[in-house]
Amino acid sequence: MIFQSIKKGIDVDMDNDYKYTIMKKESLSDSIFLMDIKAPRVSKHCYPGQFIIVKMDDKGERIPLTICDYNRNDGTVTIVFQAIGSSTKRMAEYEVGEAFQDFTGPLGHRSELIDMPKEELSKKKILFVAGGVGAAPVYPQVKWLKEHGYDVDCIIGARNKDLVILEDRIRKCVKDLYVCTDDGSYGFKGNVTEYIKELVHNQNEEYDLIVAIGPMIMMKFVCIVTKELGIKTIVSMNPVMVDGTGMCGACRLTVGDQTKFACVDGPEFDGHLVNFDEAMKRSQMYKSEEGRMLLSQEEGDTHHHPGCECHES
Amino acid sequence: MDVLNKVPVREQDPKVRASNFDEVCLGYNFEEARLEATRCIQCKKPKCIDGCPVSINIPGFIQHIVDGDPKAAFEEISKYSALPAVCGRVCPQEIQCEQKCIRGIKGDPVSIGKLERFAADWARENKVVPSQTSKKNNIKVAVIGAGPSGLTCAGDLAKMGYDVTIFEALHEPGGVLVYGIPEFRLPKETVVKAEIDNVKSLGVKIETNVIIGRTITIDELMEEEGYAAVFIGSGAGLPKFMGIPGENANGVFSANEYLTRSNLMKAFDVNYDTPIIAGHKVAVVGGGNVAMDAARTALRLGAEVYIVYRRGEAELPARSEEVHHAKEEGVKFLLLTNPKEVLVDDNGWVRGLRCVSMELTEADETGRRRPVEKKNSEFDLSVDTVIMALGTNPNPLITSTTKGLDTNEYLGIVTDEESGRTSKPGVFAGGDAVTGSATVILAMGAGKAAAKGIDEYLQNTLKA
Ligand SMILES: Cc1cc2nc3c(=O)[nH]c(=O)nc-3n(C[C@H](O)[C@H](O)[C@H](O)COP(=O)(O)OP(=O)(O)OC[C@H]3O[C@@H](n4cnc5c(N)ncnc54)[C@H](O)[C@@H]3O)c2cc1C
Ligand SMILES: Cc1cc2nc3c(=O)[nH]c(=O)nc-3n(C[C@H](O)[C@H](O)[C@H](O)COP(=O)(O)OP(=O)(O)OC[C@H]3O[C@@H](n4cnc5c(N)ncnc54)[C@H](O)[C@@H]3O)c2cc1C
Ligand code: SF4
Ligand code: SF4
Ligand code: FES
Repeated sequence: MIFQSIKKGIDVDMDNDYKYTIMKKESLSDSIFLMDIKAPRVSKHCYPGQFIIVKMDDKGERIPLTICDYNRNDGTVTIVFQAIGSSTKRMAEYEVGEAFQDFTGPLGHRSELIDMPKEELSKKKILFVAGGVGAAPVYPQVKWLKEHGYDVDCIIGARNKDLVILEDRIRKCVKDLYVCTDDGSYGFKGNVTEYIKELVHNQNEEYDLIVAIGPMIMMKFVCIVTKELGIKTIVSMNPVMVDGTGMCGACRLTVGDQTKFACVDGPEFDGHLVNFDEAMKRSQMYKSEEGRMLLSQEEGDTHHHPGCECHES
Repeated sequence: MDVLNKVPVREQDPKVRASNFDEVCLGYNFEEARLEATRCIQCKKPKCIDGCPVSINIPGFIQHIVDGDPKAAFEEISKYSALPAVCGRVCPQEIQCEQKCIRGIKGDPVSIGKLERFAADWARENKVVPSQTSKKNNIKVAVIGAGPSGLTCAGDLAKMGYDVTIFEALHEPGGVLVYGIPEFRLPKETVVKAEIDNVKSLGVKIETNVIIGRTITIDELMEEEGYAAVFIGSGAGLPKFMGIPGENANGVFSANEYLTRSNLMKAFDVNYDTPIIAGHKVAVVGGGNVAMDAARTALRLGAEVYIVYRRGEAELPARSEEVHHAKEEGVKFLLLTNPKEVLVDDNGWVRGLRCVSMELTEADETGRRRPVEKKNSEFDLSVDTVIMALGTNPNPLITSTTKGLDTNEYLGIVTDEESGRTSKPGVFAGGDAVTGSATVILAMGAGKAAAKGIDEYLQNTLKA
C-alpha cells in the first residue's frame, strides 16, 4: 500500500520555528569568516557549485553565499563570507550556539563537472582559479574531484597574504597549487591572469578547461586572457539577488544574446559569453543605497527624502 | 437611507495616504455593516453565490450581520473560505459576487466584499478561530507553496483529518499576499498573518525555506518521506520582461522585485536591512493590479509616477477601485503608449524611456481591439526608474525536476479542473501554477477542488 513507505533521512522536526544553529566559527583572516550551519535538508541535497541564502533575523536581508563544504552525517553546511558591508559585518558578530532565522537552499545548478561522463571528465586537464573569497566556492569542487579520483591544478590569488584563504584545504585536493598576491607579500607577485599566462606560455601547461571564481573584475580579465588562449572558461556569477528562486529578476545577466537569471539558470556560466561590463554595473546598484542606510543609522533618519540624490554617486 | 445606494466606506484621505503605508480602506464599523446588510433582500435564488468562485452562502452570512451576530456570520463564511479577511479586501467583487447581485440592476449592488471583511475582521479582533477536527487519519499530504491555493487546500484537508505539511520556498508563508500585494491594501501582520495562523490552528504544519525541486523533490517527498499525495500551489512567479534595449540597465526592475523588496523585505522601513531604489521619476509599464500596486508603492516612497499602458482606459485590466485610488493619490496615466527602449546614461543608469503612441484598431473576432503604433509619434519620457509589470509565468523549477508532470505551452501544469489531478498519480495542482496569474479567490477555489480530489483519490487507493 502506498502509505507504508518508510520515513528516512530527516529526523528533526523542522516545523515553523526551526532555526539554523551555528555549530562552528573560524576566522580565516581579519575580515573573512567560516561557519558551519546546522541545516539538515540543505546538507542532504547540496552539491559543489550551489549556493544558499541566509537571513539573520526579522530585519535581515536575504544574503546569498556559496556552499563551501557540507557534512551530510552532521547535517551541516559550511559557508565562508567576507565582512564587507552592513549585513555581512553584522553576520560576523554571530557566535557558535546562536542561530540564523532562515537558511535556504541549495540554490542554483550544481557544477557541470559533476554531471559530466567519467570518460570525458578524466580526459580533461582542468585549472581552477580562485580569487579572494572565491576560494570558498572553488574548495568543494576540487574536493569533490579529488574524492572521485581526478587531478586538477589551482591558482589562488588575493590582494595580500592575509587574504589568501583555505590554502591548506585546497592544497590537499589538487596536484599543483600556485599562490599569487598583488603586493607580492606571498607567493608569486602579480595577479592571476599573469599567472595563467605564465603557466601556459612559460611552463607549457596545457589546459582544456578553466574554472574561475572570484570578484567579477577578476573573472572578466581571466576570460579575456583565456579567450585569447582558446581555453573554455566557466565562471560563477554573483549578482545582486533577492529571492534566489527565479521570482524577481534582480539577478539577471546577459549571456550570449539572452537574458538569464543567475539564481536559477546559473550561477555558473560560460565565461566567454557573459557580459561582464553590464554585470559589474548592475552589482554596484545598491552600494550607494546601503551607504545611505548606514548614514541614516549614524545621523538619524534622512531616509526617503524625495529630493535625495543618493543613487547618482 | 436610500436603499439604492450602498453605505459608503470610510477611506484614508488621498493626500495623507499618498505618503504612508497604512491601509487605504478603513472598512465598515458594526452599525455601517448592519445598515448595509439590510440592503440584501435575501433572494430565494441568490445570484450572488453563482458569482463567487467558492460559493459562499452570501445571504446566509449577511442575515447573521443583520441579526447582529458577526460571530455566526464568520462561522458561516469559514465553511467555504479560509481567508475571508483577505478576499473581502482583494477579490475583484465588481466582476464576481457583486456583479451578479440583484440589487445592482437598479442602483448599487450589496457591498458583499466589505461585509465579508467586516465579519472576518470582527472575528479576528474578538479572537474567534475556526474549530479544529478531532478525527485524525494520519495520512500525510504535502502541499507545495503557502499562497492562497496551498493554504486553502491544506486547511480543507486538515479539516478532513489529514496530516498536512506545507512546504514554502520563501522565509514567510502567504505567497503573493505577503510578497506582492502591498501593505496599504492588505495589512500583513494584522490580516494575512492572522488568517495563516487560523489555517495553522486547524493542525496544518508549515515548513518554510524549502524549495521543492532543489531542497527536495516531489518524488522524494512521496518515496522517502511518506507523503501519500502532493498538491502543487507554487503560483506564477516568473516575471516577464519586454526584451527591449536597455532593459538590464540599473534602475529597471520587475514589479516582483520592487514589490518584494518593499513588502516581504519591508525595505520601506528604515529599520530593515534590505535596500530599495525608490526613484524620483518612475515609469511603471503595464495596466493590471500589479502595475497599480507598484505605482502606488513608488508614490509612497516619494516618487513622481507614470503608468505607461499600451491600450486605453477601458482596457485597463486592473480593478476599477485600484485605478481610481491610484488616480486620487496622484499617479499619472500615459495611456495608449508603449515603451520602445530604455535610455541609459554613461554609468549604466536609466535616464529615460523612449515611447511611442498607440491607437486601437477595430475589434477583431475575439472582440478585442488591438493596439498598433502611430507613425512618427515617438517621444522620450524623462524617468530614472522603470518598473516592468507585464505579468508572470509559472516558474519551471518544479515541473523541470519532477518526472511525468505535463505542462502546457505557457508552462502551466495540466490538470483536470474538477479534481486538480495532474498527469502524475497522486500529484494534484491548482491556482496560478495551473492557470497563470489569476486571482486570489480562483486560486482558493482550485485549492478547495483539489482537496476534494485528493480525498477521493486517497479514499479509493485505501479501498483498493
Ligand atoms: C550566488 C552568490 C554567491 C555568493 N557567495 C559568496 C560567498 O561565498 N562569500 C562571500 O563573502 N560573498 C558571497 N557572495 C556575495 C555576498 O552575497 C555579498 O557580499 C553580500 O550580499 C554583501 O552584503 P553587505 O550588505 O554586507 O554588503 P554591501 O556592499 O553593503 O551590500 C549592499 C547591497 O548590495 C548587494 N551586494 C553587494 N555585493 C554583492 C555581491 N557581491 N553579490 C550580490 N549582492 C551584493 C546586497 O544585496 C546588498 O543589499 C555571493 C553572492 C551571490 C549572488
Ligand atoms: C502585485 C499583485 C497584486 C495582485 N492583486 C490581486 C488582487 O487585488 N486581487 C486578486 O484576486 N488577485 C490579485 N493578484 C493575483 C493573486 O495574488 C494570485 O492570483 C494568487 O496569489 C495566486 O495564488 P497561488 O496560491 O496560486 O500562488 P501564489 O500566491 O503565487 O503562491 C505560491 C507560493 O508558492 C511558493 N513556491 C513557488 N515555488 C515553490 C517551490 N518550488 N517550492 C516551494 N514553494 C514554492 C511561492 O514562494 C509562493 O509563496 C495579484 C498579484 C500580484 C503579483
Ligand atoms: S470570496 Fe470574493 S467572490 Fe466570494 S463572496 Fe467573498 S468577495 Fe465575493
Ligand atoms: S443577490 Fe444581492 S440581494 Fe440577493 S441575496 Fe445576493 S447579495 Fe442579497
Ligand atoms: S534572485 Fe530573484 S530571480 Fe534570481
